[in-house]
Amino acid sequence: MTEHYNFAYLDEQTKRMIRRALLKALAVPGYQVPFASREMPMPYGWGTGGVQVTAAVLVPEDRLKVIDQGADDTTNAVSIRAFFARTAGVATTEATAEATVIQTRHRIPEVTLREGQILVYQVPIPEPLRFLEPSEVETRRMHALEDYGLMHVKLYEDISRHGHIATAYAYPVRVAGRYVMDPSPIPKFDNPKMEMAAIQLFGAGREQRIYALPPHTPVVSLDFEDHPFEASKADHACGLCGATDSYLDEVIVDDAGGRMFVCSDTDYCGSRQAAGHKGKDAA
Amino acid sequence: MYVAVKGGARAIENAHAWLAEERRGDTGVAELSVAQIREQLALAVNRVMAEGSLYDPDLAALAIKQARGDLIEAIFLIRAYRTTLPRFGATRPVETGAMACDRRISATFKDLPGGQVLGPTFDYTHRLLDFKLAAEGAVPPAPEGTPAPGPVPHVTGFLNREGLIQQEVADETPPPDLTREPLELPADRALRLQALSRGDEGFILGMAYSTQRGYARNHAFVGELRIGACTVEMDIPELGFAIEIGEVVLTECETVNQFAGSKTEPPQFTRGYGLVFGQTERKAISMALVDRALRWRELGEDDQGAPAQDEEFVLYHCDNIQATGFLEHIKLPHYVDFQSELELVRKLRREAMAAGSAPGQAEAAE
Repeated sequence: MTEHYNFAYLDEQTKRMIRRALLKALAVPGYQVPFASREMPMPYGWGTGGVQVTAAVLVPEDRLKVIDQGADDTTNAVSIRAFFARTAGVATTEATAEATVIQTRHRIPEVTLREGQILVYQVPIPEPLRFLEPSEVETRRMHALEDYGLMHVKLYEDISRHGHIATAYAYPVRVAGRYVMDPSPIPKFDNPKMEMAAIQLFGAGREQRIYALPPHTPVVSLDFEDHPFEASKADHACGLCGATDSYLDEVIVDDAGGRMFVCSDTDYCGSRQAAGHKGKDAA
Repeated sequence: MYVAVKGGARAIENAHAWLAEERRGDTGVAELSVAQIREQLALAVNRVMAEGSLYDPDLAALAIKQARGDLIEAIFLIRAYRTTLPRFGATRPVETGAMACDRRISATFKDLPGGQVLGPTFDYTHRLLDFKLAAEGAVPPAPEGTPAPGPVPHVTGFLNREGLIQQEVADETPPPDLTREPLELPADRALRLQALSRGDEGFILGMAYSTQRGYARNHAFVGELRIGACTVEMDIPELGFAIEIGEVVLTECETVNQFAGSKTEPPQFTRGYGLVFGQTERKAISMALVDRALRWRELGEDDQGAPAQDEEFVLYHCDNIQATGFLEHIKLPHYVDFQSELELVRKLRREAMAAGSAPGQAEAAE
């Protein structure tokens, strides 16, 4: 069922414009390429950048997975998956390994991605320097001059005030030794996974920016020698599948404040349970 | 035993069904037709056309009906629809000097060629609730006169003849297209005007009001405000000439602003400009004031650091579809990020407690 829309909703001219921006972004990893973002039938801030990037890279043979917070069944993931099932008629899947294109908000799947896969991130604020300098004119100049002193001062001030770098998600990275890049609001636990074999594309619709990481691009989380970066997560095992290597959500289970920890990646957790792994809270 | 929340798809379907029912309201009350909205809520329709950047009263009325009267939601529906439309070409610039004016007033002259025409305005109504409207009833016909013949000249043209107002130089460069190119700064005036014309009425009003209260005050008078229909012409390559393809109602406002002169300009009046689809005069006047405030650089004025002078601030925040989308996205789940913050705050608290003088104090979040 594709109704009267073009394949994957966007017209071919728009897709070509986006693909050109994507190619430029892949050629200059971490550089934010301005693109003429279109109004989409979902609100700005709800993944319009990711949706436009996905629409531009999808081909009819693709198998699409959409996650939000690591989960395939969160409402916005359901909504975006249904949008492409309807406008592109592509196959969809929840299995990370089977997907050729994965659109994500706030997580990188736990299963290592491989060559041939594309991970599309939804990005709210693409500018890693934005909350240090509100002006876009200024931040573009700072990137051009590789002037990242302000960011290091911010991280240093965190350490002097709190003893730690007080950034838990959207933790800034430097890619290919050049651009400082916002990894989108993934927990810093996911940062080390960004050096991967798959292509990573980042779309910010409202802010009209696209950036990208080609496979195996060096991605370094900013830190100091005496305060090295640390990918952290809740110090527990998953209550359902027993995994100790996955990012965990904390779920409040009763009025007395009882809580349990479960994998945020629902496909990872489900596959482990199917393979017979059991956590302490599993039935 | 905890079971992960499932059923997002069914929840969404059910929410949509409930929404449709709520939109219709009490079925004992007659349903509103699109034509009724178009005819009787015309100013709402005008706002949706202006900020939706699509001149189609029927579609705007439909959007208002679908959006249950939420005008920003209706504007969003129109914007999302318009991006899917093919483009056949560009029209010639509309000739507002040839406008068939329903309303045309000037605050800077008592009388002038073309006259002061109040038109259908709320201006001098007393804002008393008219309870007669609660009962249905026919409206007595308004008295009719003969329209004054010929085009109505622009007021600023009179000042221009004396050299008292800064000249606007005709520029044949095709204007940039905000809907087809990413917004990049610095923006030229054509691009700024485009953004302001489709910008949120409330935002532009607030910005304009701030200039009146002293944040980059620019002493604006309404040199002229005119509302009426303009013909739209398009060059047809196969014909080799332009033909009329339709008519749009526009509101145009030109402000006349005091200006003491600067290093580069002699003392003279300057202008602000507003042009908006439909009868939308609050928006057009606001637009003219903000346009004038944004021109400080070209006129050699000082940057007073006022919000209305900062084109990046104004242009990046005036679009209500961008603003409402981003604002409302914080309703989406953020529990992964929240979890990482939770871990961090717990860790920082643990260390602060250990270092501090509060032994044994339980951590509230644990």
